[in-house]
Amino acid sequence: MDFSIFLIQCLNALQYGLLLFLVASGLTLIFGIMGVINLAHGSFYMIGAYMAFGLAPIVQTAFGGGFFSTLLVGTFLAVLLGYLLEWAFYSYLYDREHLQQVLMTYGLILVFEELRSLIIGDDVHGVDVPAYLSASIALGQTMSYPVYRLFISGLCLCLALGMYIVFTRTRLGMMIRAGSSNREMVQSLGIDIKFLYRIVFAAGVALAALAGMVAAPVSSVYPNMGGQVLIICFVVVVIGGIGSIRGALLAALLIGFADTFGKVLIPQASGVLIYIMMAMILIWKPQGLFKAG
Amino acid sequence: MTAKRASPLVFVALCFSALALYPLVGGQFGVDLVSKIMIYAIFALSLELLVGGTGLVCFGHAAFFGIGAYAAVLLAPETEAAGAGLLALSVLMAAAYALVVGALSLRTSGVYFIMVTLAFAQMAYYLVHDTPLGGGTDGIYLLIKPVFGAFDLDRPLNLYFLILLSLVLVFAFLALLYRSRFGRALAGIRVNEQRMRATGFSTYPYKLAAFTLSGALAGLAGFLFAVKDGFVNPEMLSWHLSGSVLIMLILGGIGHLRGALIGAFSFALLQEFFKSEAVFGSFAKHWHLGLGLSIMACVALLPHGLVGIPGQLRERLARQAAQRSQGTGAVDERI
Amino acid sequence: MSGSEPEQNGANPILRCENLSRRWGGLLAVNQVSLAFWRGEVHAVIGTNGAGKSTLIHMLCGEIEPTSGSVFLHSADVTRWSQARRARAGLGRSYQRSTIFPSFSVLENCRLAAQARSPKPWHWWEPASRCEASLAAATLAARQSGLHDDLDRAAGLLSHGQKRQLEIAMCLATAPQVLLLDEPLAGMGAEETERMLALLAALKADHAIVLVEHDMDAVFRIADRMTVMVNGSIIASGSPQAVRHNPQVQAAYLGEH
Repeated sequence: MDFSIFLIQCLNALQYGLLLFLVASGLTLIFGIMGVINLAHGSFYMIGAYMAFGLAPIVQTAFGGGFFSTLLVGTFLAVLLGYLLEWAFYSYLYDREHLQQVLMTYGLILVFEELRSLIIGDDVHGVDVPAYLSASIALGQTMSYPVYRLFISGLCLCLALGMYIVFTRTRLGMMIRAGSSNREMVQSLGIDIKFLYRIVFAAGVALAALAGMVAAPVSSVYPNMGGQVLIICFVVVVIGGIGSIRGALLAALLIGFADTFGKVLIPQASGVLIYIMMAMILIWKPQGLFKAG
Repeated sequence: MTAKRASPLVFVALCFSALALYPLVGGQFGVDLVSKIMIYAIFALSLELLVGGTGLVCFGHAAFFGIGAYAAVLLAPETEAAGAGLLALSVLMAAAYALVVGALSLRTSGVYFIMVTLAFAQMAYYLVHDTPLGGGTDGIYLLIKPVFGAFDLDRPLNLYFLILLSLVLVFAFLALLYRSRFGRALAGIRVNEQRMRATGFSTYPYKLAAFTLSGALAGLAGFLFAVKDGFVNPEMLSWHLSGSVLIMLILGGIGHLRGALIGAFSFALLQEFFKSEAVFGSFAKHWHLGLGLSIMACVALLPHGLVGIPGQLRERLARQAAQRSQGTGAVDERI
Repeated sequence: MSGSEPEQNGANPILRCENLSRRWGGLLAVNQVSLAFWRGEVHAVIGTNGAGKSTLIHMLCGEIEPTSGSVFLHSADVTRWSQARRARAGLGRSYQRSTIFPSFSVLENCRLAAQARSPKPWHWWEPASRCEASLAAATLAARQSGLHDDLDRAAGLLSHGQKRQLEIAMCLATAPQVLLLDEPLAGMGAEETERMLALLAALKADHAIVLVEHDMDAVFRIADRMTVMVNGSIIASGSPQAVRHNPQVQAAYLGEH
């Protein structure tokens, strides 16, 4: 493999890994802090992608906005959706056993998929890359790399940094971390734990939806995209450790690289590769690479 | 035998009798449908051993079902296969994969276990989906059905009774297992694994044995499915099937073997209901919506499944009676 | 450092630990604890909350691995043994919060515990309820604990005191030589406490009993030896009289008595 191809694959791996991290961080947070296993998390990613497709013309005609406006509107809607869902549905799941949570959220997946089918249909759609991000950067003499993919990586990195700052430097972050290790204590300290959970859940939904929106131009928009991303996110969370953002980042990058290079070097086994990796890490560390926090 | 103990047995005996007599009234479509449901009942029973018997929520059970099915097709020779031998091999393959997955997954617990079993099922899915081994998305055909002695499986009725026999045998086996020492140990592990360890049980081997046995029985169901349809495809290992069989269990009622039976039939009927154009017209193609809402309603309103309805009713009546009998509030604990 | 074991009346201790320590990150929960327990004695381990008593018990029975030090059962080094293996070798354990099986009957609770000695998992066709060996051991244990009138009751319906009795019965059903009891008197009224103390006195002859308790009156009545722990270390160990008059102990713990 010559160097420019290697570089391209590295950049692809980075972009894929960071995107996975964005989705998985929501999943691991929701599980680590509220103790809810949420199978419908992939559906939020799907909803984001379909929003990128469906909202773009609306935003365009309503106030002439382009890609970034769509992103903002979509994120806002996702936060709203997360807030409402937590209030109407997820808050009832906190004290239930895992099997019930699994099946309730599985039912939710079915409902989301059919709603999507009813509202938009089952066709595969593409989303355009905005004009100002559609250029390519030259790498070496013959190769070039799309700026948009670099934008994705950059955005994910900024969000990761933002998460880090919120968690370690703000009061909200401190409350979240406290809430993940001791729910009753936080409640007795007078912090409104219900409100905290709602915020965390809405943030998780927004992150997944934003990931879907941003990924849409690259991976297109199709039914079942939620299911695929969900299971890989499960692998990320298992490898990284439930509740650990740091673990999710490391695991997501690991999977990003394993999957990307796997597809290039051993295309037949690429689907199986990440599971083999998960198996080996589990032999070594059954609780994942990092503990929560 | 007290009246309370006898009634589930009577119920199950009635069910099996009804199934044995069904071909007299059911047409070709009916026999085919009930054959399929009975196979799913075996599948559900295998998972009940894990979830209800041992307390292990596995979200990847379709893998063992699918491996049993694929083994039946891939290992069948060009000519007619000896049915018993092919069955044994298919079950063995499924059990082998269950042993490996169990050995690794049981090092985790709780949510990790759920996620890990799902992931390993996906691994098997991609193995048959992407590699030439599995014939890809198109699947593979079983051209010649295996033979069980003089029993010709090309006739649907023979197949029906073979499946019914398997169902009865699996049910009886699990019933015996549940009341054996091994089954009681599993029950103890389900309620409080820590206490079992403190008492001197090494719990890991018990769980692994249950997991492997459960996978083997799922493989049996898969084998029967492959023989019945003559066709296997990767969707038999999909996580949607894993989800469906869990739904069957919770619909019927976890912790009771007959729950798996009731659940399989109820789920199949529910699916047929939502898919029927007679009821829903053109909306029938969105049957997942009705199914999803039903699942949520079932989990929320019927936590003990259909099996638990008599119990729930009795509790409610007892509470009402206690409220009416002023003051004493004494309720017979056995209710 | 194994050296020779301390002897008492010519007998070796059934259970012994040597320089047992447990560190959680920066916190030293148990610090170089060495203790020995003999058959025929009730040895109480007392201390304020957070003194490390629970951690010590967890390490003795195998639930937690020590950071350093060793545990000896019947003179064998069992530090690396799993909890189940130690239980089979004669180390019985009861928990502070009842770990009985609420949906099973009292007899079944004890029978299942006794089954650990004769598991026979391969005989899948034999109903467990006909297993003579485990039934005999279970009935004996239940009778010893005073529950012979309630054998068929669902364990979840027992009174709190009876549940604690069942907890002990399950421990006894495995025919242990050592009983590690974590606050067996917790939440008990006066009459139930009396019954439990009588039970422990009766069991003393054939077992080594290690008791973690907060009920000081009960402890002083029943204990033959006492060990006081503060912040993970032992500050006094010996006869109850000696411990009671130990100035350090009085200052740190028994101040109000």
